[in-house]
Amino acid sequence: MSLISDSSLIFARQMRLSLRSPAWPIIGLFQPALYLAFLGPLLVSVAGAGVDGLPAGAAWRFFVPGLLIQLGLFGPLFAGLSIIADLRSGVFERMRVTPVSRFALLAGRVMRDTVVLLVQTVVLLTVAYAFGLRAPLVGLLLMFLFVAAIAVGLSALSHGLGLLVRSEESFTPLLNVAAIPLLLLSGILLPMTLAPQWLDVISRLTPFRYIVDGMRTALYGDYTGSVVVTGAAVAVVTAAVCLVLGARLFSRRHA
Amino acid sequence: MPIIQATGLTHTFTVGGRTVEAVRGVDFEVSPGEIIGFLGPNGAGKTTTLRILTTMLKPTSGRATVAGVDVDADPAGVRRRIGYVAQAGGTDGNCRVAEELILQARLYGIGKRDAERRAAELCERLDLTGLADRPIRTLSGGQRRRTDIALGLVHEPQLVFLDEPSVGLDPQSRSDLWTHIRRLRDELGTTVFLTTHYLDEADTLCDRILVMNHGRVIAEGTPDALKRRISGDVVSLTLGGDADRAKAVLAECPGLDEIAVSGQTVRLTARGGEQALVWLMRAADQADLDLRSVNIARPTLDDVFLALTGSSLNENHS
Repeated sequence: MSLISDSSLIFARQMRLSLRSPAWPIIGLFQPALYLAFLGPLLVSVAGAGVDGLPAGAAWRFFVPGLLIQLGLFGPLFAGLSIIADLRSGVFERMRVTPVSRFALLAGRVMRDTVVLLVQTVVLLTVAYAFGLRAPLVGLLLMFLFVAAIAVGLSALSHGLGLLVRSEESFTPLLNVAAIPLLLLSGILLPMTLAPQWLDVISRLTPFRYIVDGMRTALYGDYTGSVVVTGAAVAVVTAAVCLVLGARLFSRRHA
Repeated sequence: MPIIQATGLTHTFTVGGRTVEAVRGVDFEVSPGEIIGFLGPNGAGKTTTLRILTTMLKPTSGRATVAGVDVDADPAGVRRRIGYVAQAGGTDGNCRVAEELILQARLYGIGKRDAERRAAELCERLDLTGLADRPIRTLSGGQRRRTDIALGLVHEPQLVFLDEPSVGLDPQSRSDLWTHIRRLRDELGTTVFLTTHYLDEADTLCDRILVMNHGRVIAEGTPDALKRRISGDVVSLTLGGDADRAKAVLAECPGLDEIAVSGQTVRLTARGGEQALVWLMRAADQADLDLRSVNIARPTLDDVFLALTGSSLNENHS
């Protein structure tokens, strides 16, 4: 099927480019690694003191999913910067003038961002293990599924927005404005169970609240409870909606 | 059958609440095997028209058939049959020449082995052979431009669109590029449609020119026909003897527009310089004029543009 072969051609090209300049994914890992090293030990103490929503002895399992979300919000969410560069250099138009499927042009790029985030996840989980993360294997494997859904959604959205905004100067501040509240409202640093009601309500309006809760519960070893299922459903639906949105923007005649 | 047929094409867009009519009713035809040029200043609507013909932009109204396919009804069909090289080029400096050529061929649905063969052929055709594995950022301007053009040719299109192909190139690279474009037509019969705001490029390279200004085609024809149509050739005759007597004798010749004397030189304009020259020589001979030298100066396309629009293309450009 040409959609698959077209997508893999684009994927292979983007992947080649990533491998040629691997600096960005490595720099992207730096920030979560700092949180892990400099904030993680504090959380261990906080958990030990007994905090609602932060089970004693589970500090790392609580903390790591938040860092994975952070990795996604600063990786795939900014992936659209590359489409702006491709617009400027004419690469995007050169590809659009071929009969290649419009969706493949998006899908190949989204696949690259997903693979990069999955590789970053392996690295982050390994470092977290060194710091003391211990979790059941199934829970760890579920992390990859959550991460993949997050990467697909954010990357597709970002590429679509890139086509719409078309300039780095507007794109970066726009995404920063979106990323910081999403990050804080998901409760990555402290459990949202500590939040006053108004904050809890706002937090429940953002998808990452459910996703991060689902990921944590999976690491605690509960795979079938409603929290995991809800988290997974929100992740998949968000990814699907973003993908459809991105695909529509990619298939416009005048992009 | 024309390979391009445009009828009443218009394109209007809105910028900051203001409506811009980039293209306001363009009609023309292009025959297979022509090298045809859209000549006009920046903002004349050349690129917009080109983008409509290459299905990158939907016309506000009007119709266009490209390579026998309606751009609106079957954009993918048009894209399969044409090559398009945008003004910005279309290469990423971190990619390598051959791998991008192979990828582009594969995006046109060409199999892996054929794509590799095409890439090698194109490298040879466009003098890129030694550069196949070089990162594109290390190429010179001319090499990079030839890579852009090779990318537009990977699927052997019968028609290729080049948007401002020689912008930013040094004179040697430009004339080099022109040779390549001409060979493309001569050896493969490819129809080449290019836009340019360089008069010399339109003049040297194109079989036929469509002069565009403010969203309209204001004149079309071969470079020679355009120049002939707008202003006559300037013939200057330098004489050893009495220039005023010569003026009186030569003024009898048919086909002259103006005649004036300055010093020992009689300057006259004629619609067809070569033809007038035959009459002038004969008259000079019969009257036994002491003719020392003759010179015909052709009007340039800039004169044409000036006459058509009231402004010089070069001023307009800067």
